[in-house]
Amino acid sequence: MLGKRFNRVALGSVAGVMLMAAAACGGGGGGTTAGQEPTGGTSGEASKGALKVGLAFDIGGRGDKSFNDSAYAGLEKAKTELGAEIKEMSPSTDGSNRGDLLRQLADAGYNPIIGVGFAYAEDIKKAAEEYPEVQFAVVDSASNAPNVTGLLFAEEQGSYLAGVAAATKAESGHVGFVGGVENDLIKKFEAGFVAGVKSVKSDAKIDVTYLTPDGDFSGFKAPDKGKVAAEKMYQSGADVIYHASGDSGLGVFQAAAAAKKKAIGVDSDQRQTVKETDLQSVIMTSMLKRVDVGVFEFIKAFQGGAKGGTNVTYDLKVDGVGLATTGGEIDDIKDKLDAAKKDIVDGKITVPAKP
Amino acid sequence: MPAGLNRALLTVAGAIVAVILAIAICSVAIVAAGGGPLDALAAFFDFGATERAQSNGVAALIDRAIPLFIAGLAVAIGFRMNLFNIGVEGQYRIAAICAAYVGSTFTAPGWIQISVIIIVAALVGGFYALVPAVMKVTRGVNEVIATIMLNYIAINLASYLVRGPFSGQKEGDLTTTTPPLPESAMFPDLNFVFDWFGMVRPTRAGGLWGFLLVAIVLGVVVWLVLERTRFGFNVKASGLNGPAALASGVAPKTMVIAAMVMSGAVAGLIGLPEILGDRGAYNSNFTAGLGFLGIAVALLGRNKPAGIAIAALLFAFLDRAQGALQEAHVPASVVTIIQGVIVLLVVIANEITKRLALRLEERRAAQQLARNTPVEVTA
Repeated sequence: MLGKRFNRVALGSVAGVMLMAAAACGGGGGGTTAGQEPTGGTSGEASKGALKVGLAFDIGGRGDKSFNDSAYAGLEKAKTELGAEIKEMSPSTDGSNRGDLLRQLADAGYNPIIGVGFAYAEDIKKAAEEYPEVQFAVVDSASNAPNVTGLLFAEEQGSYLAGVAAATKAESGHVGFVGGVENDLIKKFEAGFVAGVKSVKSDAKIDVTYLTPDGDFSGFKAPDKGKVAAEKMYQSGADVIYHASGDSGLGVFQAAAAAKKKAIGVDSDQRQTVKETDLQSVIMTSMLKRVDVGVFEFIKAFQGGAKGGTNVTYDLKVDGVGLATTGGEIDDIKDKLDAAKKDIVDGKITVPAKP
Repeated sequence: MPAGLNRALLTVAGAIVAVILAIAICSVAIVAAGGGPLDALAAFFDFGATERAQSNGVAALIDRAIPLFIAGLAVAIGFRMNLFNIGVEGQYRIAAICAAYVGSTFTAPGWIQISVIIIVAALVGGFYALVPAVMKVTRGVNEVIATIMLNYIAINLASYLVRGPFSGQKEGDLTTTTPPLPESAMFPDLNFVFDWFGMVRPTRAGGLWGFLLVAIVLGVVVWLVLERTRFGFNVKASGLNGPAALASGVAPKTMVIAAMVMSGAVAGLIGLPEILGDRGAYNSNFTAGLGFLGIAVALLGRNKPAGIAIAALLFAFLDRAQGALQEAHVPASVVTIIQGVIVLLVVIANEITKRLALRLEERRAAQQLARNTPVEVTA
């Protein structure tokens, strides 16, 4: 009986084996034709003629109406203004193929290649060593190889302005902060926000909640958790909540709409990008992180012959961060915000990057 | 044996129908997503234009299949005795971080270093699976519920450990990681295999992971234990008919504990190919979710090591195409749809062929009976 069973397994999987064999043939067949062409090092030379830019999103990638879409906007700008040929890729849901996406772009002759998100740091470092002739950039992480440019943002400066706006608008003197994942990046948002609030009302009450601990990135994709956290803050008297939690921000906006209070968006102008019209009106302003500027400027600099190995920080001075004015809800406090911005740019205020 | 042949033919027919149906259903999904089914099909076999890209693609495929295979094995050991170890996910995450940490605390010659890491991983995984096993035999707690709950504990414990007690020097201070493993802990790669086939060696980080050898040995050992030992027979007997096994002297409680611990010990190794082959630490890029994928792989592979190997390769083959599909303007998420559809259809096909085969067998037996014993009944 066991023998019979074994037969069944073996034969039952013949279809699978055939598929595998076909895969091997497909790979081999391609190899014979490609083998006649020189490989590797020439791609750098070829790119001088045509600018081919590859971009790899992080998990949750395109369509997040925020961080990733902002990066894509920069890529599209490079297409229209610099005539670049562009290609964007998203990883599998477990993120296990980030490195392979980078290699695939490099093999297909894309140069430069941009990884969106700090999760790319490790894989970009390895890919940069494997493809020394290709220039890489990583958003939100420091340069870690001679051909890698780190595109960083002074989130704490933009968050400071968000804090000023929140404290000025919150009549109760009670505001909140919802962070997606409790890591150093999101703590930068918190630190700047708290400093901004305190600069207006030193005795303001600030609720701080993180949705998931460091290392568990589900906090960026959990609107239900964001909603619960925000509901709690609004119920205990908060007037304005600033979120830095990716997709989870949708839950914060829903809670704000239910409580008829205000929220501050993050990364992109969320009053414009959020689809639900009833949620748009609760978004007082958004802390803009101009990933599009960073991506576009990097591509432009690459075209101009710039090489990697350094970090570029986009701060208030170059408008790499700032506040969105859609809806006109912060127009009345524009002077106050401009003054705070000027103080930061002039160095009169140093915004802390750690809470 | 005509009966066996019939059955085998039916099974093959069932598998072919299942794959054709899967392709048809997925084509509809691809069209709905705005892509071309033929482009998608071509993308699965497109390993890139250069020799280097092809080698990297093949290495990526096999590297993906290794942990999937081990995960499938871990789940299958439980399944063989009707134990649903849904806790493979938690077991491998907690085992991986403990093994990565222990491995980083000392330096020894390669084979000792790697052996210690493997043993620690198996011990931790086995121990973590012991918890639901003990709960089941002493208090009758359903192992499905217990392991699901223990998954949450393991996942959060692992993310606490990597930030706290087991945390190492961070790079770029946004990611989390355990201290790096010494060079001697890295499993040598198998890139030389590519020379045999006249291909260039892959440049992919870690190349073709040497842990493949461990996985193959593990597959053989699991097969031997389940099919060729008294223990394996007891496991299957308890799974097929618990009361009957008990009546013939198999202690069910011991079997539950033994099978769960064995399943957990194998699960503990799932994360090691990646850690010892490429990453050199347990960090925030560590691949999660392999334990759940292992359930699908085990189902598809019918809980037999050979079948699981084929199922793991099929899943890895589909996963590898994620980049190529996007190149062909097909959303990469169709891969997940295809995987789900194939698993469902194969399970359905198995059931149908089993019933058909049973009916054929009954008919044949009835005919034989009618022919051989004509008169004695009336006597």
